[in-house]
Amino acid sequence: MSDVQSDVQRFLERLGEHAAGRAEAQGPEPTWIAARRQAGAARFEALGFPTRRDEAWKYTDVRGIARGDFQLATNADFSPATAARLTLPIEAHRLTFVDGVFAPALSTLDDLPAGAQLVPLSRALEENHEAVGGPLGRLTGVEFSPFAALNTAFMEEGAVLRLAPGTVVEKPIILQFLSRAGEAPAMSHPRILIEMAGRSQATVIEHHVGEEQAANFTNLVEEVILDRGAILTHYKLQEAPLADLHVSSIHVEQARDSRYTSFNLNLGGGLVRTDLITELNGEGAEANFNGLFYGQGRQHVDNHTLANHNAPLTFSNENYKGILDDRAHGVFNGKVVVKRDSQKIEGFQSNANLLLSDRAEIDAKPELEIYADDVKCSHGTTTGQLDEEAVFALRTRGIDEQTARGLLTLAFAGEVLEQVGLDAIAERVELAVAGKLPERFNLAGLVETAAALSEE
Amino acid sequence: MASQEMEQLVRREYKEGFVTDIESDTVPPGLDESTIAFISNKKGEPEWMLEWRLKAYHQWLKMTSPSWAHLDYPPIDYQAISYYSAPKREEDKPQSLDEVDPKLLETYEKLGIPLHERAALAGVAVDAVFDSVSVTTTFKEKLHEAGVIFCSISEAIRDYPELVKQYLGSVVPQGDNYFAALNSAVFTDGSFVFVPEGVTCPMELSTYFRINAANTGQFERTLIICESRAQVSYLEGCTAPQRDENQLHAAVVELVALEDAYIKYSTVQNWYPGDEDGKGGIYNFVTKRGDCRGDRSRISWTQVETGSAITWKYPSCVLRGKHSIGEFYSVAVTNGRQQADTGTKMIHIGEGTRSSIISKGISAGRSNQSYRGLVKVGPRAKGARNFTQCDSLLIGDTCGAHTFPYQEIGNSTATVEHEATTSKIGEDQLFYCQSRGISEEDAVSMIVNGFCKDVFQELPMEFAVEAEALLNVTLEGAVG
Repeated sequence: MSDVQSDVQRFLERLGEHAAGRAEAQGPEPTWIAARRQAGAARFEALGFPTRRDEAWKYTDVRGIARGDFQLATNADFSPATAARLTLPIEAHRLTFVDGVFAPALSTLDDLPAGAQLVPLSRALEENHEAVGGPLGRLTGVEFSPFAALNTAFMEEGAVLRLAPGTVVEKPIILQFLSRAGEAPAMSHPRILIEMAGRSQATVIEHHVGEEQAANFTNLVEEVILDRGAILTHYKLQEAPLADLHVSSIHVEQARDSRYTSFNLNLGGGLVRTDLITELNGEGAEANFNGLFYGQGRQHVDNHTLANHNAPLTFSNENYKGILDDRAHGVFNGKVVVKRDSQKIEGFQSNANLLLSDRAEIDAKPELEIYADDVKCSHGTTTGQLDEEAVFALRTRGIDEQTARGLLTLAFAGEVLEQVGLDAIAERVELAVAGKLPERFNLAGLVETAAALSEE
Repeated sequence: MASQEMEQLVRREYKEGFVTDIESDTVPPGLDESTIAFISNKKGEPEWMLEWRLKAYHQWLKMTSPSWAHLDYPPIDYQAISYYSAPKREEDKPQSLDEVDPKLLETYEKLGIPLHERAALAGVAVDAVFDSVSVTTTFKEKLHEAGVIFCSISEAIRDYPELVKQYLGSVVPQGDNYFAALNSAVFTDGSFVFVPEGVTCPMELSTYFRINAANTGQFERTLIICESRAQVSYLEGCTAPQRDENQLHAAVVELVALEDAYIKYSTVQNWYPGDEDGKGGIYNFVTKRGDCRGDRSRISWTQVETGSAITWKYPSCVLRGKHSIGEFYSVAVTNGRQQADTGTKMIHIGEGTRSSIISKGISAGRSNQSYRGLVKVGPRAKGARNFTQCDSLLIGDTCGAHTFPYQEIGNSTATVEHEATTSKIGEDQLFYCQSRGISEEDAVSMIVNGFCKDVFQELPMEFAVEAEALLNVTLEGAVG
């Protein structure tokens, strides 16, 4: 027990040191922030880190985080060459954070359309902290999880995106989180707030990537508020280094006729836990959860999703696919809740997993909790291996076994990727998956061969 | 919708709600070591059995009541329960049916138990359990000829201590869970079945449990062992009289199947579900587990759950032997304020093990029902296969249906599939039937029976008829 206590205390000490430093540098904070910080710290102290006895953390062991001694980064220095290599080659509005610290040099914020505001959280707080104070923490309170409480205690940087009614942001918005290899592991507690007014539209890409040797801890909390008819496409591209630890929660609130589409593409990170929650509060609201995770080595990927149908005539659709190799461990927990009187609901959930190794493990738990009778809800989950008949069919056409297996695995992932609207991302992920296959499947080579053949 | 009919249904008196007035030899409420010693002494048990019980009791003291189930009930005061109750004349047990207390027989009559000639007609051997002491066992001789042992667990402890010692607690250990520990400490009766090597049990074995005597928890312990190539089909059916206070039932059922053995265990459960406010129903916390110990063994659970205020029950299979098979077929119906959290566990350990789960849940009134299941595939279970289907039917907009399936898969050659749907009875289905002159009520009954067909066809003939009737009674008028 004393061990666990000291883990919690170590984080609280960091918090204390940091708060003292900040007070010295910037003077006192607005009272609401101070109060929330305090509530977060108190809640975290009371809860402690979750253990596997907690139902929500049954399959995920966070001792790797709890026992770590993480420092808070103080600068955003990052090699421009490495940054250029890691950055998504997409023309976009971009905010970059290095270990949680805003990096203006790696960000492009000009030419935003009128009605769109995209700023780092620190600046939003400086400019008009009261405007942020209202929505911040409304969806993800300190009660949500010990990590959310910890984030609230530490929060000071992140991103704020606000769209006025009818604003359409054509170019994608990239929130880039770079993980830096350093002497001591760093931690960051970014906070993202997205408020989209009626009929506004945007595409947000959250990209986690970093230097190969990095071993940092990111604890992200994201709140998304979609007003009537707002449309958001949200990518979470997880390509963090293999020693990175990542815990995040995304909480979405959807008003009438809004549409939220999520692509949770998980390739990197040593331990990744994502909670994705949507509150379907208005008739006609629609949520689409698409997910793909590929685990190898000793990676641990945990996806928890929850669709709360709080109003009649709301729709949720979920499709998660997992591929696990080596000793990777995957977790899928999807839940659909239909509140009383939320009639005419449609909620679909599908999860398919492919195990490539005998030491890989998947724990799946698709849940339905339904309190209304006029609903159409279903879920399905399968775990298995490639269809031997499909492999055979390809081999009869002169394709060798390894290529056949590679192609079929890619096709398995392809069912999610074909939904991806941004070609640059779909291609990147497809190539990454091809590169990870046990056969080291050379997709690029195959494409070239095919091109050469067609030229002949 | 015919809301009046629905009202009528909800107010329907419990058909089996009658109380037989027989003086019971009951210990005062409360649980401590002396209560356990009293029970053990009453049963004339050897010393090792008492020690076994006490060990369970000490483990139970250290445990806390599970809270993870999707159930809502007030905390149970274990000191307010009386742990032993037996029909008065225990010393001079009746030698034949004529000697049996006529009131008892009357009770059986009302329940329609085929004890007399009906037993012969139905071809069923009945080890009828009235409260805690088995009163009479029929067809013992015929079974004896075949070499099958079918008796109460108390008799088994006395007459076959070696068998009991070897198998009791080997599937569900004393400290397995809170309710199993409680049962291990205080169980008063239950059935014991032993089918020796190569024997196919000549008849279906059946026990009717019946809870009587207010405030008495019923703690049954059932142990069924099938040796190599042996087969048995066991039926369990339950009803209970109407009561105001909640009655606790914490049973444990252990099945052991050795090489090539096959055990089929069927249950129809229709205990008192409580009145329209959910008051007075039975609390049913049951641990049922089968161990497919031998290669190619097979265990099949079939259950029809219509009663009880609270049901907490997960008949499970541990698939240890190579190519062993586990099956679970369930129909659960909840109405009024009933709550059921039920499902199964399939633990695949051996190579080539297979399991299938078919669960049909029907919720009506203000009831809540959850399917909670676990499919676990261990690293050595090469080529393991599971198929799970759980469907829920909602009748009315005040009930709830929930699904919590867990899958833990650690083998790349395993194939595990799960699908679940939740829906209501389609207006078009009803219309179709009605347009062909079938009344709405009959149409609903047809559709619901069709929904449950996959499970009913697994039931033995006598039970299938009873189950369908039960289902109709439970849901009559629930949909207008």
